[in-house]
Amino acid sequence: MSGHSNYEPKSGFEKWLDVRLPIIRLGYDSIVDFPTPKNLNYWYTFGGILAVCLGIQIVTGIILAMHYVAHVDMAFASVEHIMRDVNYGWLVRYMHANGASMFFLAVYVHMFRGLYYGSYKAPREVLWLLGCVIYMLMIITAFMGYVLPWGQMSFHGAVVITNLIGAIPVIGPAITTWLWGGFAVDDPTLNRFFSLHYLLPFMIAGVVGLHIWALHVPGNNNPTGVNVKSKEDTVPFHPYYTVKDGFAISVFLLMYAAFVFFNPNALGDAVNYVPANPLVTPAHIVPEWYLLPFYAILRAVPDKLMGVVFMGGAIAMLFLLPWLDTSKVRSMRYRPTAKLYFFIFVIVTMILGYCGGQLPDNKIIPGLTTFQVAASDLNSVVWLSRLATAYYFAYFLIILPVLGLTETPLPQPESISEPVLSHPANAPAGAAASPEKRG
Amino acid sequence: MLRKGFAIAALGLAFIGSPTLAATTQEEPKAVHWSFEGPLGKFDQAQLQRGYKVYREVCSACHSMNLMSFRNLGQKGGPFYDPEFKNPNDNPYVKSIAKDYQIDDIDSETGDVVKRPGTSADKFPNPFPNEAAARASNGGALPPDLSDMAKAREGGPAYIYSILTGYEEAPKGMTVPSGKQYNPYMPGDMSGFWSLDPNKVPVGGFIAMPPPLAPDKVSFDDGTKSTVEQQAKDVTAFLTWASDPKTEERKSFGLAAMIYLLIFSGLLYASYRRIWANIAH
Amino acid sequence: MASTVVGATPEHHTGGEDPNRRDFIHIAATVAALGAVGGLAWPFIDQMNPAADTLALASVEFDLSKVELGQQVVIKWRGKPLFIRHRTGKEIASAIKDNHADLRDPQTDEERHKAGKAEWLVLIGTCTHLGCVPTFGGGDYGGWFCPCHGSHYDTSGRIRKGPAPKNLAVPDYTFLSDSKVKVG
Repeated sequence: MSGHSNYEPKSGFEKWLDVRLPIIRLGYDSIVDFPTPKNLNYWYTFGGILAVCLGIQIVTGIILAMHYVAHVDMAFASVEHIMRDVNYGWLVRYMHANGASMFFLAVYVHMFRGLYYGSYKAPREVLWLLGCVIYMLMIITAFMGYVLPWGQMSFHGAVVITNLIGAIPVIGPAITTWLWGGFAVDDPTLNRFFSLHYLLPFMIAGVVGLHIWALHVPGNNNPTGVNVKSKEDTVPFHPYYTVKDGFAISVFLLMYAAFVFFNPNALGDAVNYVPANPLVTPAHIVPEWYLLPFYAILRAVPDKLMGVVFMGGAIAMLFLLPWLDTSKVRSMRYRPTAKLYFFIFVIVTMILGYCGGQLPDNKIIPGLTTFQVAASDLNSVVWLSRLATAYYFAYFLIILPVLGLTETPLPQPESISEPVLSHPANAPAGAAASPEKRG
Repeated sequence: MLRKGFAIAALGLAFIGSPTLAATTQEEPKAVHWSFEGPLGKFDQAQLQRGYKVYREVCSACHSMNLMSFRNLGQKGGPFYDPEFKNPNDNPYVKSIAKDYQIDDIDSETGDVVKRPGTSADKFPNPFPNEAAARASNGGALPPDLSDMAKAREGGPAYIYSILTGYEEAPKGMTVPSGKQYNPYMPGDMSGFWSLDPNKVPVGGFIAMPPPLAPDKVSFDDGTKSTVEQQAKDVTAFLTWASDPKTEERKSFGLAAMIYLLIFSGLLYASYRRIWANIAH
Repeated sequence: MASTVVGATPEHHTGGEDPNRRDFIHIAATVAALGAVGGLAWPFIDQMNPAADTLALASVEFDLSKVELGQQVVIKWRGKPLFIRHRTGKEIASAIKDNHADLRDPQTDEERHKAGKAEWLVLIGTCTHLGCVPTFGGGDYGGWFCPCHGSHYDTSGRIRKGPAPKNLAVPDYTFLSDSKVKVG
């Protein structure tokens, strides 16, 4: 993929195959010999971790599909049958359910890393866009997968989310009916969600292939954001990054295993172990944790249609990002002001996640009643999420475009090797600029 | 830097893990010590046996347990597991329990609906033929299925125990609807039933189930004193086991997996350090 | 080429490091990775084996008094048909007569029923050729005939003619009483 190849077929078979289907060459060039910047830190291991997550989800998902029954009368019991009767079914199901959370945890770290080091900037825009496509597919897949156990939260979550589409003027209700295959979320809905939930991961795998292709054309970005200048700056992917990624994957799996084996239901909602009942809505409808920030944005907007627009807009911001950030400097190591705004952005997304899990009228400071603004108390979750939503959009639409034009970045190193060679004082005046050296 | 990553992850999880507040209020569940707590905790088989007896003699009059079969009682980790009978279907005690129940079946010759003695493969019979009958017998309220109870309620075992032992006289100023009981551990919104100071609405809610347990209501074969607390504790342990009968298998598998992963991580780290030893980065 | 002798890649060496020790770590890590994959493979394979509820239904009890003399009843056991045949004296006699005929899968009739219960034949009703269900009373020997590929079984369920290699299989069963059997 990278053009020049150092692969030399050794055995007769490899030579024979190489002129017919150079698949060994492809593997060699992309995961053995691929020149990788030698200064990638642990934040860069999450790509490998995500590949493992996708693999685990696909394998455990195929297994679950062997035992699952997509029918409203049997879905709940079939999931419990997997947990109680199928050999190691509890392991497969808990791996799959917690795997979704781990997948999103890893993808968020991966995305924040891309935001921080400017990995979306030229010439990696397509790489970033493909990543955004993967993220959207992940959200759709996770949502449909959550419906399948047919618990109370599955059902009413599906009702709420599909009703969002009804907010679209004129055609919305027709689309909702079409999605349902009826006049409510019911058996046809469950069956099509199961079918699509099985299909989409393979589409994700396909886009991941493109994502890696788009990565291997310009090569990896790196924490300095400076282009690779010479062979001195790189090491071959294997064994240097296979072992580093492997170590990170193993540590990640430790955390994953701690959830699967010792607290398998901690990240899920207890209500989803109550079979779906279309006649009674649970007291508090919340999505899984990884979608809470979007849920908070949805509820921060008092209008149904505008709420949906803002929620979609939150994802659209990611797609537009490569053209919104005007700075020529990739890494925020050398952009101290941008770095400050970035960390506020990270905290704001967490605040949004917190707000998404609360009722809108809950107080931020308990027992304190301030004054009403737009029909809500200022000291309430809904106002906190409004402020956070405002920052979320301002970060993309105002801060990044303006900052790139006005800020004065720190001097960047000549090459990747330069700050490495002048270790540990690092780049001039930039001792505090490398994030991994602090805390 | 890895440490910082964990700190951020922990922070994120702390946000997520914080209890989501609902419009309903309830008393914090009572703190109880359980033998099955923690990564090494195991169920106490004698307690599970007592708990099953409480379920059978008290709860099962109204509550179904549709996901449980008699054979489950004899599987590894279950109340009547006997190492002599690895296959729970052969466990004589389980068979004798099952035989005491009359199960609906259809005569294969005549097609008539008949009753036959249960087998270990049969599910726990449902006390009511259908939901409408269950509601009709319980003042309109449906007794929830207990198979998943400890997983399906926020707070799990502590919540179940607290409900069972937490019945209280309704405070003065509260109107209790007929057929309901006040229980401070039940999630609910009392403001509509409260006639005194609206800033001091009591926490808790109404529950349709009258206090199910009483001292000596169940006599324990092992001589354990049959207090309400004891019965509640034992039946809670039983329901927790029944909600996830593979818990012990999961924990022991997990312990081995964690140790393996720790060693694996150590080896990979050593390998990593060696491979990178002469690269300045 | 072929020069991958231990320690033949000097650029990876740190000064004074014992190459054997260095390689040991890498080999150990690789083996541990393979071990982890292998360890996880077993649960993923075992999940396809019969689940606990399937195993629980693996035995059936049957009341023989429902089977008329000269008839058979077919019940489902482990998803397969089970033949329970109440044989007439004539059928038993013809089965015994052929005990020493030229049999493809030699077995005496006594080996195919419980002692003293010659009138009851309990067989798994799938042809040993490719699993079709033979029809009752058909074929040249009055036992069963498989319509798929023309296997003939006698009144003891032994293969006499056609492509099937084995006699109809006898499952594990016991008499709980004179009129009740438990299969499995």
